[in-house]
Amino acid sequence: MSTTLTFAKALNTALADEMESDSTVVVFGEDVGPLGGVFRITDGLTARFGEERCFDTPLAESGIMGMAIGMAMNGLRPVVEMQFDAFAYPAFEQVVSHVAKMPNRTKGKVKLPMVIRIPYAGGIGGVEHHCDSSESYYAHTPGLTVVAPATVQDAYTMLRDAIRHPDPVVFLEPKKLYWSKEDLELESLRESVGSFGRAVVAREGSDATLIAYGPSVSTALNAAAAAAEEGRSLEVIDVRSIVPFDDETVAASVRKTGRAVVIAEAPGFASVASEIVARVQERCFHSLAAPVLRVTGFDIPYPAPKLEQFYLPSVDRILDAVDDLQWEDA
Amino acid sequence: MQDPSRRSDLDHEATAESYMLPSGQPVQLVDPDGRHVHNDKYPLPDGEALLAAYRELVVGRRVNDQANALVRQGRMAVYPSSHGQEACQVAAAVCIDKQDWLFPTYRDTVAVLARGVDPIQALTLLRGDWHSGYDPYEHNVSIQATPLATQLLHAVGVAHAAKLKGENTVVVAMCGDGATSEGDFHEALNFAAVFHVPVVFFVQNNQYAISVPLHHQTVAPSLAHKAIGYGMPGERVDGNDLAALLSVLGKAVERARDGGGPALVEAHTYRMQSHTNADDATRYRKDDEVQQWVPKDPIQRMRTYLTDLNLLDEEVEKNIAEKAETVAAAMRDGLNAESEVDPEDLFRYVFTEKTSQLREQAAKLRDELSRESA
Ligand SMILES: Cc1ncc(C[n+]2csc(CCOP(=O)(O)OP(=O)(O)O)c2C)c(N)n1
Repeated sequence: MSTTLTFAKALNTALADEMESDSTVVVFGEDVGPLGGVFRITDGLTARFGEERCFDTPLAESGIMGMAIGMAMNGLRPVVEMQFDAFAYPAFEQVVSHVAKMPNRTKGKVKLPMVIRIPYAGGIGGVEHHCDSSESYYAHTPGLTVVAPATVQDAYTMLRDAIRHPDPVVFLEPKKLYWSKEDLELESLRESVGSFGRAVVAREGSDATLIAYGPSVSTALNAAAAAAEEGRSLEVIDVRSIVPFDDETVAASVRKTGRAVVIAEAPGFASVASEIVARVQERCFHSLAAPVLRVTGFDIPYPAPKLEQFYLPSVDRILDAVDDLQWEDA
Repeated sequence: MQDPSRRSDLDHEATAESYMLPSGQPVQLVDPDGRHVHNDKYPLPDGEALLAAYRELVVGRRVNDQANALVRQGRMAVYPSSHGQEACQVAAAVCIDKQDWLFPTYRDTVAVLARGVDPIQALTLLRGDWHSGYDPYEHNVSIQATPLATQLLHAVGVAHAAKLKGENTVVVAMCGDGATSEGDFHEALNFAAVFHVPVVFFVQNNQYAISVPLHHQTVAPSLAHKAIGYGMPGERVDGNDLAALLSVLGKAVERARDGGGPALVEAHTYRMQSHTNADDATRYRKDDEVQQWVPKDPIQRMRTYLTDLNLLDEEVEKNIAEKAETVAAAMRDGLNAESEVDPEDLFRYVFTEKTSQLREQAAKLRDELSRESA
C-alpha cells in the first residue's frame, strides 16, 4: 500500500519507527516536544513516547550537543535537532572538538552513535541567519558522517540509517524540500537500508553529468529536463552521502559522459563542490573532454530573501555551465 | 597572604550590600488599575516624563499592529511582535541618553524606533531586503540580533571600549528569557562584572521561548537572581508597568554611569501573540493563560494613572493617536512602495575591497542579468 507523505512527515515517520524499534533512541532539542519542532518534524513524538524519549531542552545548543555526547557515551542514541543551520554554531565547539574526535582519541572505545539533525540551506525566503549552507564545515571535520537526502523516500530511509549508524551523523535536511510530496511504499522501505556512502543516478543521460546533493538535486533535474528539450542528454547524480563519498558511482557516470558540472548552494570556495571536482579530475582525467565546472552560491554571506534569487544556482546558470563544457559542435 | 593587587576584593566586600538580591516581588509603581504603589527604593518618575513615555507606548502598540497587518498583506516576510511588551520596549529606549548604546534583538523593533531609527530602515531586516537597514552609529543602536544572546557580549565590548576611551557611555543590552540559557549570556555577565563595565542587561521575560515555558528554561527563583553569581545586582520589575520600568532601569543606568558596574534587570511580561506569524501558540499554551494578562496591559493602566493626574485628557489622547497614525501611515507608504534591491549589493560589502574572485562573480551575475533583460 502506498502512502503520500511530505518530506517532513517522512522524517517524522522515520523517527517514530526507530523510537518504536529501539528504546535507546531519544530525541531532544529546542521546541521539539509539545510543539513538535518549528518544522513539525518531531510532531506527536512526546505524546506517543513520553517526555523521557522526546523532550525540550533549555535554549542552549552547546548544552544540547554536549549532553548528547554524554548520553551516547552511556548507551543511549540521541537524535538532536538544531533549530536552524545558522543557530547550530554555538554547538560547533562540541561537534568539532568532541563529537568528531572522541571515538578516535579513545581508539574506538567510546562510540558516539548520534544524529545531529539540521534544517539546512535556502530557497525558503528565510530572514537573517535562517538559511546557511554549512555542509563544508562538517564535511571538513574528520570523524563526522555527513548526509543530505533529496527525496521523500531518502528522507525516510536515510534518517533510519542515520539512527542505526554506529558513528555520529550530521543529517542535513534541505528546508525547501520539507513540503515536497511523494508516494512511498513504507512497508517495503522499512527493510531497505544502507544509503551511506552510496550515490544514485537520479536521471540517466549520456552527454554530461550533473552532480548534486540535497537542495540542488531538484534544480539539477529541472536543468536536465530543460536540456533534453534542446537535445542534450544530461545524467544527474544525487550524491546523498557527502561523507563517505561514493567515488565509484560518480566516476562511472563521468567516464561514461566525459563531462561534468557540480552543483551546490554553498559558496564555492573551499567547499564540498570543490572537493568533488578534485576527486573527479583525479579519477576521470583521461575520460574528460572538458574541465569539470562548478555552479555554486557566490562567495558571500547568505543573502537576504529578496536577493536570494540572484544567489542560488538556477537552471539557467546550470545550462550556461553545461554550454561551457567545450562541445566540438558548438 | 594579602596580595595588594587584590585590594578590589576588599572593595567588593565593603560594598557587599550593593550586591543586593532582587526584590521578592517584581517592582511595581503603578498597578493594573492605574493606582500608584509606594516603593521606598524606587521613586515614581515625574508626570511629564511618564506622559512622554506614554506617547511612545501608544505609538509602539500601533507599530506592532501595523507591522502584523503588513505581514498579512505580504509586505513583510515576518514580524516578531512585542504586543504586550511595549512598556519594556519604550523604557529600554528612553532610559538612556543620546551617547549611550542599545543592543536589541529581533523582537525589539519598537525599542529601536523609540530610539529614533527610521521605521522603514528598522523594518528592512524583517521585510527581507537586507540583513539590517540602518547605520548603528547614527543612533547608537546595534543591529537587531537574530542569534540568541550573542549581542550581549558585543554590548560588553562597546562598554569596555567606552571605558578605555574615557567615554561617558552606558549600554543597555536586551534579550529574552530563553536567551538566558545560552552560554553567551553567562559569558557576557561574567565579563561585564569582571571588567566592571557600564552595561545594564535587560531581560524581557515574556514567559516563553517559542514554545518552551520559563519553568522549563530555569529553576532559579527568578532570572534576576542569576546576577548574584556573577557579582552584580539583579532586580525584578513589572514589565507591564512603564513607571516601574523607567525607575528601575533608570537607577541601574545611573549606577552604571557612576562607575557602579553592570546590573541585570528582569522584566516580567507576556508575549500576547505568537512568536512570529509562522508560529501556532495554541499548540503550547491555553487561551485562559493569555486572557489573564489582558487586564495587565501596559497601556490602559498608564492611561488611567495619567488621566487621574490630569495630564491626559481627550485632547492629548487625540494628539497622541494622530502621531501614532502618522507613524503607521509612513510604515504603510514605505512598505507598500516596491522596494528596490540591487543585486550588485551582494558583493559590495563582503570585504572593504572586493577580492578578484568576487569581482569575477559580480561580473558573471551582471552578464546573466543583462542577457535576461535583453
Ligand atoms: C542561537 C540560537 N538558537 C536558536 C534560535 C532560534 N530561536 C529564535 S527565537 C527563539 C526563542 C527565543 O526566546 P526568548 O529568548 O525568550 O525571546 P523571545 O522570542 O521570547 O523574545 C529561538 C529558539 C536562535 N535565534 N538563536
